[in-house]
Amino acid sequence: MSARGPRPPSARPAEDPSDGALLDRLQRDAFDYFMLTMNPQNGLIADTTRPDAPSSIAAVGFALSAYPVGVERGWIERAEAVQRTLLILRFFLHSDQSGAPDATGYRGFYYHFLDMRSGTRAWLSELSLIDTALLIAGALTAANYFTAPTPAEGEVRELAETLYRRVDWRWAQADGATLMQGWKPESGFLHYGWEGYSEAILLYVLGLGSPTHPLTKASFDAWTVTYQWENLYGRDFLYAGPLFIHQFSHAWIDFRGIRDRFMREKDCDYFENSRRATYVQREYAARNPGSFAGYTSDCWGLSAGDGPSAPPRMIAGRHQAFYGYAARGVPYGPDDGTIAGSATLASLAFAPEIVLPALRAMVARAPQCAGALVRASGFNASLGADRPGDWVADGAFGLDQGIIVLMIENYRSGLPWRLGRGNPHFRRGLRRAGFRGGWL
Amino acid sequence: MTAVVTPLDPHPAFFHPHEGAHDRDLCHNVRPSAWRNPHPRGPYHLLVIGAGMAGLVAARAAAALGAKVALVERDLLGGNFLNYGCLPSKPLIRTSRVYAEMREAERYGAQRPDDIKVDFPMAMERMRRLRARLSRTESAASLSADGIDLFFGAARFVSGDAVDVDGVRLRFNRAMIATGSRSRLPTIPGLADAGYLTNETVFDLTEPPASLLVIGGGPIGCEMAQAFSRFGVRTTIVHAVPLFLPKEERDAAQMVSDSLARDGVGIHLNTQAVNVRVEAGKIYVDTISDGVTATLEVDRILTGIGRSPTVDGLNLEAAGVAYDREAGVRVDDFLRTTNRRIYAAGDVCLEHKFTNTAAASARIVVRNALLLGRKRFSALTIPWCTYTDPEIAHVGIYVRQARERGIPVKTFTVPMHTVDRAIVDGEEDGFAKIHVREGTGKILGATVVARHAGEMINGITLAMVAGVDLGAMARVIHAYPTQADAIKMAADAYARSRRSPFIGAVIRRWINR
Repeated sequence: MSARGPRPPSARPAEDPSDGALLDRLQRDAFDYFMLTMNPQNGLIADTTRPDAPSSIAAVGFALSAYPVGVERGWIERAEAVQRTLLILRFFLHSDQSGAPDATGYRGFYYHFLDMRSGTRAWLSELSLIDTALLIAGALTAANYFTAPTPAEGEVRELAETLYRRVDWRWAQADGATLMQGWKPESGFLHYGWEGYSEAILLYVLGLGSPTHPLTKASFDAWTVTYQWENLYGRDFLYAGPLFIHQFSHAWIDFRGIRDRFMREKDCDYFENSRRATYVQREYAARNPGSFAGYTSDCWGLSAGDGPSAPPRMIAGRHQAFYGYAARGVPYGPDDGTIAGSATLASLAFAPEIVLPALRAMVARAPQCAGALVRASGFNASLGADRPGDWVADGAFGLDQGIIVLMIENYRSGLPWRLGRGNPHFRRGLRRAGFRGGWL
Repeated sequence: MTAVVTPLDPHPAFFHPHEGAHDRDLCHNVRPSAWRNPHPRGPYHLLVIGAGMAGLVAARAAAALGAKVALVERDLLGGNFLNYGCLPSKPLIRTSRVYAEMREAERYGAQRPDDIKVDFPMAMERMRRLRARLSRTESAASLSADGIDLFFGAARFVSGDAVDVDGVRLRFNRAMIATGSRSRLPTIPGLADAGYLTNETVFDLTEPPASLLVIGGGPIGCEMAQAFSRFGVRTTIVHAVPLFLPKEERDAAQMVSDSLARDGVGIHLNTQAVNVRVEAGKIYVDTISDGVTATLEVDRILTGIGRSPTVDGLNLEAAGVAYDREAGVRVDDFLRTTNRRIYAAGDVCLEHKFTNTAAASARIVVRNALLLGRKRFSALTIPWCTYTDPEIAHVGIYVRQARERGIPVKTFTVPMHTVDRAIVDGEEDGFAKIHVREGTGKILGATVVARHAGEMINGITLAMVAGVDLGAMARVIHAYPTQADAIKMAADAYARSRRSPFIGAVIRRWINR
């Protein structure tokens, strides 16, 4: 490939006249998730629509990023978006940062899951680095969008900056160069590091860009040394199994045409890489090694998401287990026949020529509830003949809805990317990670 | 007999494995009760301490050269590989695979038997029979026939050129220490009182435990956990670090982890066993994971947290041989110790404690010690394999190691689900990954996960040693259909990637002229 400069998403396939309406409906329905699941007392967003779901700070980060999209699309008044944004930012600013087992956060990081009402730690969850990064990315996105010279929008900018500056990224480097995945008050840092390419690129960019507690430059090299550049199904790409890994950082950062040392060496960029990963996913489904029902070159997409938790069934002579919520990936699985439609959709900006036909096919599978399969956390057509139609995950998940809103918007207008490109912290972090060229 | 020996005792009592006929045959070969040590013959050209793989290879190679050789063994000829290690585990793995295939018979187009009863004693009996058979070629009599002076007894250095074996002094011009390694015991309060199995005692079981806890998820632990689970034993692995098979490539380790889970093995990563206690005949093991405690009730415990070099009792100080309890006898790249007359080979001095590595290092020692050779251990290309199902085999360097050294690396990946023979065999779990230096066909290393990955890695090792690049391998016609075709497919992918767009365009134009 030639990765010279950004390829605008305007290099588009012929769109079906109904595609625009379909995307609009999918994006609007996804956006409504954040309107419906917010606690008006503190702005927190539920992890899922299931009963008693706690808040996920990552979902909150997506909400912060989705509100500007809603304003632009006319789905929410600007003033209301600002108020919702301020609710969140104020909550986190004043939250308990003691690191106690029932606090909200520590050293500027936050527990992964918070009680919807009290905002304190839920489920003994870990102080999560990546989820804090998603939250902070949302805060910075809001700050870059709400630029009006009003007291309220000024407060958005000030609070977002304060929250970002408060995060002690350097502390989370612990003893080594690379970042830990999390911390618990009961046992200290989790023993897990980041191994191989992942969505942690956003985390590193934010950490490297910090004006107050920056990661050492060596951290990025120490992480990327675990990358694997592979030729699979005839395509060269930076390997990672689940689709979401190739998407999450891309919701905020426009990787077209900018390259770090690794991508310069490979004459590629992360955007082009996600495009190739998308094609690899499609090729896998077409080959369908597990002989799952429904997999075709127009029905693909393995990622993190919910799936059936049924007892094993015979599929193609094999006792097939079902994994419930899992990070499914290509080409080594786990794979139980569950497709994450939101992940397929979130590749729209990378490869619209194969994503749009896939969206049409998924919608056609369940015409009675348009878009339900796409927005569900997962669907599975392999559970057997004793049930009509596909198994579909209950309810909706905040992460799925957030990535749908942002990646459709990146495809349609590029707004989240534009906001990211305009953010000095992102720019500084990318430069310190060694990114050059393109819009940098 | 399921007696538990003390594995870290520096001088464990000779342990007669079992009273059955097969074990009597085994002992007849590897520790004959009527054996009489020969009279020492002057200074030996080569004196070898330890008759495991390294010691046997060195003694035989030296004797074949006409050297005067003494071989000293304090326990059993064949050491770990024959008696307690990689060989006896394989018959059990094979039998357990049969049961797994019976349960999954439909996958292979066959009827699943109605009533699958596991006969554990039968599996163990077969293992003992095969172990005894394999011992025929390693027997005391055959070593004597090869002209080797075989001494049973504990060797102890008395000077830089002599050892004492139970009161008899043996002098040498050159010596090789090949005392191997022992299972390492985790320090868990209560473990010793509760009793445990190690790789040295697990093969003495005659009845299956109701449940088994494997502490440590290393290669042997994983192999045994899967085999026992397939025998119907409720099996759990607790592994202190968060990664399964931490030395292996992540995809490979994950694939094996998934496979063990499918076989019913409970896998608790990032979990430490912190206390063991016995109540009413049951063993309870307390575990902790990220601050969360739990208790497992088990019938037996198998430990497998690595191996420690056997350096105790040798009185290495008297010979001026430096050593370390963790790393073993210190050697240079020529496998020479700090005493220029004394070499070491195998587990006692090497990081990679594999049987093939022991054999290769022993050959180097014979060349360097007796033939003025200058062979370097670091020049060896050594493949290894973990015999789970699927197997993981590896040779050369890992991608991460290459990148750490600043070597641009590219991997050609062939999932087994794209290999025709693997598909028809119903053995699609796995992949072949061949790592080359970016822009060239030079093979840096490879990892294969497949049902017979250990067989498949050999072709890649051959190519590496012979300096054959991946492009040349694309010109090697492979038998079809075979699972090793995965290697050829990786080579073909490499060849395609080398075709320049310009040449491609020229060819297209010419074809369509």
